[in-house]
Amino acid sequence: MLAHSIFFYSFSLIAIVSAIMVTVSKNTVHSVFFLILDFISISCLFIMIGAEFLGMIMLIVYVGAVAVLFLFVVMMLNVAQQKNQWFSARESSKHIPIGLIISVIIFFELLIVIGGWKYKPDLVSAMSLTVDKDISNTHSIGYVLYTDYILIFQLSGMILLVAMIGAIVLTFRQRAGVKRQSYFSQISRERNEAVELINVESNKGVKSDD
Amino acid sequence: MIDIGLGHYLTLGAIIFTIGIVGIFLNRKNIIVILMSIELILLAVNINLVAFSIFLNDITGQIFTLFILTVAAAEAAIGLAIIVVYYRNSSTISVEEINSLKG
Repeated sequence: MLAHSIFFYSFSLIAIVSAIMVTVSKNTVHSVFFLILDFISISCLFIMIGAEFLGMIMLIVYVGAVAVLFLFVVMMLNVAQQKNQWFSARESSKHIPIGLIISVIIFFELLIVIGGWKYKPDLVSAMSLTVDKDISNTHSIGYVLYTDYILIFQLSGMILLVAMIGAIVLTFRQRAGVKRQSYFSQISRERNEAVELINVESNKGVKSDD
Repeated sequence: MIDIGLGHYLTLGAIIFTIGIVGIFLNRKNIIVILMSIELILLAVNINLVAFSIFLNDITGQIFTLFILTVAAAEAAIGLAIIVVYYRNSSTISVEEINSLKG
């Protein structure tokens, strides 16, 4: 129990500090690196609490795909040297106290909600889906995901398809003056418009233009 | 203090959620950092769902965390594509200079 609490406090401290560093660091590349650190420590928390499958998926999806996508875009857009100095903005600094006040109010509202609720006493017995202790976390997710939630699972696949098509359509750019293959005209070529049989007279040669 | 319960995880989620909101409010230079703050907010929601799922012994929270992960990945891809297109057209992604809607 002591080791559990020590690991919880260290991982959550790393997560909070790196989340703060994401928002305040001056270089955008550093922000992306701290975002990766945040994701890694939160997925360590997930693995520690017993949701191993989600921790691993978090590592694969967030660190392996989303954060690397951010890194690619930051490095591609040439804004890596563009300084991120929100606290020394010149004319638009009057939004900062209002933003801080709103954030603090939201935080205390969340704390009131966390501190003020209780379980209903019969809640645990009234649950519809209980976790079987004999099978692993991945097994139990699979049992529920492919039976009760199969429609939502297919819908999330459709969301990913739409996102993929949307990203390709948005960033696709037609350049002028680039020669590319035209498959239809290549395939639909006939023999009589490509090859001509010419009877060549002796000592005259052939003019190929006509 | 030593015993880690549900309230600890919910407090961690609340802190990270608030940091994400602060990042959205206070950032005026770079719109990519705003997208990263949105990712932080979704991460905080995921922490809450997983903590409830473990402590209430119900697997449904983890299923919905999986779906939130999917939506977050799609949102990041579309958002970054929009940012790339905007940068190609106007060669800036500073939040102060994106004002063509006069908002």
